[in-house]
Amino acid sequence: MSDVQTYPVTVTVNGKKIQRFVESRTLLIHFLREELNLTGSHIGCETSHCGACTVEIDGTSVKSCTMFAVQANGAVVNTVEGLANSDGTLHALQEGFRQMHGLQCGFCTPGMLMRAKVLLSENPDPTEEEIRHGIAGNLCRCTGYQNIVKAIQYAAAKLNGRTYQEAAE
Amino acid sequence: MNEMVITREQREARLEGMGCKRKRVEDVRFTQGRGNYVDDIKMPNMVHGDFVRSQYAHAKIVKIDASKAKALPGVIAVLTAEDLKPLGLHWMPTLAGDVQAVLADGKVCFQNQEIAFVVAENRYITDDAIQLIEVEYEELPVVVDPFQSMAPDAPVLRPDLDGKMTGAHGPRKHHNHIFEWTIGDQSATDLAFETADVTVKEMLSYHRTHPSPLETCQCLASFDKIKGELTVYGTFQAPHVIRTVASLLSKIPEHKIHVIAPDIGGGFGNKVGAYAGYICSIVATIVTGVPVKWVEDRMENLSTTSFARDYHMTTEIAATKDGKVTGLRVHVLADHGAFDACADPSKWPAGFMNIVTGSYDFPTAHLAVDGVYTNKAPGGVAYRCSFRVTEAAYCIERGMDILAQKLGMDPADLRLKNFIRREQFPYQSALGWEYDSGDYHTAMNKAMEAISYRALRAEQKAKQEAFRRGETREIMGIGVSFFTEIVGAGPSKNCDILGVAMFDSAEIRIHPTGSIIARMGSKSQGQGHETTWAQIIATELGIPADDIMIEEGNTDTAPYGLGTYGSRSTPVAGAAIAMAARKIKNKAQMIAAHLLEVSEYDLEWDIDGFRVKGNPERSKTMKEIAWASYNSPPPGLEPGLEAVNYYDPPNMTYPFGAYFCVMDIDVDTGVAKIRRFYALDDCGTRINPMIIEGQVHGGLTEAFAIAMGQEIKYDELGNVVGASFMDFFIPTAVETPHWETDHTVTPSPHHPIGAKGVGESPNVGGVPAFSNAVNDAFGFLGSTHIQMPHDAWRVWEAAKKLGVHA
Ligand code: FES
Ligand code: FES
Repeated sequence: MSDVQTYPVTVTVNGKKIQRFVESRTLLIHFLREELNLTGSHIGCETSHCGACTVEIDGTSVKSCTMFAVQANGAVVNTVEGLANSDGTLHALQEGFRQMHGLQCGFCTPGMLMRAKVLLSENPDPTEEEIRHGIAGNLCRCTGYQNIVKAIQYAAAKLNGRTYQEAAE
Repeated sequence: MNEMVITREQREARLEGMGCKRKRVEDVRFTQGRGNYVDDIKMPNMVHGDFVRSQYAHAKIVKIDASKAKALPGVIAVLTAEDLKPLGLHWMPTLAGDVQAVLADGKVCFQNQEIAFVVAENRYITDDAIQLIEVEYEELPVVVDPFQSMAPDAPVLRPDLDGKMTGAHGPRKHHNHIFEWTIGDQSATDLAFETADVTVKEMLSYHRTHPSPLETCQCLASFDKIKGELTVYGTFQAPHVIRTVASLLSKIPEHKIHVIAPDIGGGFGNKVGAYAGYICSIVATIVTGVPVKWVEDRMENLSTTSFARDYHMTTEIAATKDGKVTGLRVHVLADHGAFDACADPSKWPAGFMNIVTGSYDFPTAHLAVDGVYTNKAPGGVAYRCSFRVTEAAYCIERGMDILAQKLGMDPADLRLKNFIRREQFPYQSALGWEYDSGDYHTAMNKAMEAISYRALRAEQKAKQEAFRRGETREIMGIGVSFFTEIVGAGPSKNCDILGVAMFDSAEIRIHPTGSIIARMGSKSQGQGHETTWAQIIATELGIPADDIMIEEGNTDTAPYGLGTYGSRSTPVAGAAIAMAARKIKNKAQMIAAHLLEVSEYDLEWDIDGFRVKGNPERSKTMKEIAWASYNSPPPGLEPGLEAVNYYDPPNMTYPFGAYFCVMDIDVDTGVAKIRRFYALDDCGTRINPMIIEGQVHGGLTEAFAIAMGQEIKYDELGNVVGASFMDFFIPTAVETPHWETDHTVTPSPHHPIGAKGVGESPNVGGVPAFSNAVNDAFGFLGSTHIQMPHDAWRVWEAAKKLGVHA
């Protein structure tokens, strides 16, 4: 495959600067998973519907199957692998998802977590309705969302210095 | 020694055994992106495979020209049926006793059927190559409507079965007929109808849908020519069965096949069967000598691997005028698609549809099921249900509502009047099952009280009057559903898959320091087995759940089991775990007796060890016993502390529940708003209430989707319409209602820990609750039955038909 034209891409992924040559048609999700071995972000549709591939790019949520790797040139990309706190403890969202039983098969979870992270940065104390609308681009087949909502409320409370009251159902 | 001063409650609590809301161990890796799903696995020199699929639903293949594709740099191989023929692998047996083309053999029978398998260096090149393969077709007439399938002049869909008028399940009546399955006393049932005060009859369609787990079906096959060994990673709900099938088909000895199911991103029945993608990946790795990965895309998933339902149930109930049911007669026309690839136990071509008498004391019943071929995708899996139990529950629960309407009775009262009473258990049903335990009246009364049922009915009545007076355009529906499931397949006397009895298994090994590794024949796809199985062992053996590692899915290390589907894990594997633990406990008791120099009979179990009766100061913990078993076993006793159990259940289990849905429908938009959904489940002993409720939330959400819009639809040419997440309804967090959960506990008398299984109850009971709510809302306007799915468009159409838009 030596005659395939490739282009240089420089991105900062989870705080690390990375440089690679990629085909123009390579989707960002494939670049992350195949090139960088960051397999936390998943593929549920490749048509921008399910949100399993959601990552954070320059502070916003992006479905990484919707974007070419070359379009991420110069961007700061964060994936679930970089979500934990720098001291190694779990992020409030990771803790919330476990405490509130916000996941089952775990396939949607990385995308949900990364979406929720940006949601909380935009709206640090969302209502249930705001959370439900805020994660509407991320499908989950297992949980019925109720405990995902609680998990995000748990994290919001923790990040705001409160203790979340409700127990997981 | 801290150990000495802790209280009994603390000893109990630190086990995190059965009944506690233990947080899941799986979550630690899943929340950090460290799951290990099939597509995450890479092997050196790995290549990718993908399919050329049929554009037509029914056509002869005149020619396949792959020359341009083969010339494309990066393409390694293109396989067609001609390449598989010498290996005898162009057709494969299905779980239902039929055969299915692995790659189309001269003809295609459904749209998107597999025609050729392209192997290339990466997924992008396989896609390029697929575009370059030219297939010449000659179109054939198409059968889409199952009711037309057996018309005298219907085209022959399966010429390969030409002249074979006996199928795997007996005689075939027509060239597109697969089987007829009947059960029950026909003449007694006919008589019940002849003599009944009241009868109702309605054709209830349960539309075609799809389990669509978020992770599609996929595998990675690698053949080592030198060792003659095949390794297959895959999304397998039943990895051992896949290994056996792979061995039978490939002729590679079973011990040289390593089938491994790693983390699975949801299954819901989609990942039970053996698919063309698996076979082709295996052939391709053998042919090319490099590992081959196959990953379905979403369109392929929705349109080819395993649809669910497509049952058309003509339902009749006979009753006395005061509402006592006297007979049930059901005829099902079952659309199985182009190949009969239903995933049912071998002897059950219609699954356990004969649970259709539901929770009611029917003196007599008769059921007949006709399976037919059409030009649609094969499958017929149990989408979050035990085999055809959702269909059965929908049939009887809609039927009871229709009867209530005819009698002018309240549907909840009609159910209360006809429930099997507590003292009738174990109960022999008219269609051959022995229900293990139940207390339906208690559950129903608790549920009715919890939602203030009578007050809701009063409110509904007032709303109906207001609607009639023209004061509102909103109507209110109350959906009642009381389901009885049959799960835990199953006893070897009546359940097998390809001749393998449907037992399940567990192997528990205690290490010298008292920690445990345990392996099962089941396979979690999100159910949290790593958490809950450890809880069972913790309670049985007194070792903290945190010291117990659960491993599933590796067929080299796990004992043979039939896998996880049909809510069979807790009833079967869960029982095997308890039985294996009890074998260990028996041996531990001998060791403890030896250590304490007393007779075994002088010992009693106490939370986490044995103590001398009447002298509780003298005791040995399980940890101490574990050490002794490796260090100083009693003379004559084998060292070590481990056990295996293969559990053949004596009966199925019969979970049940009472579900209520309260809905408000805008007749001008057809939009239905779920005001309340209350679900009371009785799944017997509860192992982890947090996980149970999570399962109920998930199952209800799937039920909501199915009842309110999720459908795999075909046009009249057999084109599958809307096989993407753009059109196929998967509820988001916005549409999904809030779920209220509740429970009663009626343990299974024959299960070692009394557990019945729960994963599928909410889907089984949920669908009729939603559909009954929609139908209940329209009942006062003169409607008897509106077919599912109840999306806004169809609800609007139903309203229009009833003349309320005028
Ligand atoms: S894989 Fe990107 S949205 Fe589904
Ligand atoms: S946890 Fe399985 S898809 Fe969300």
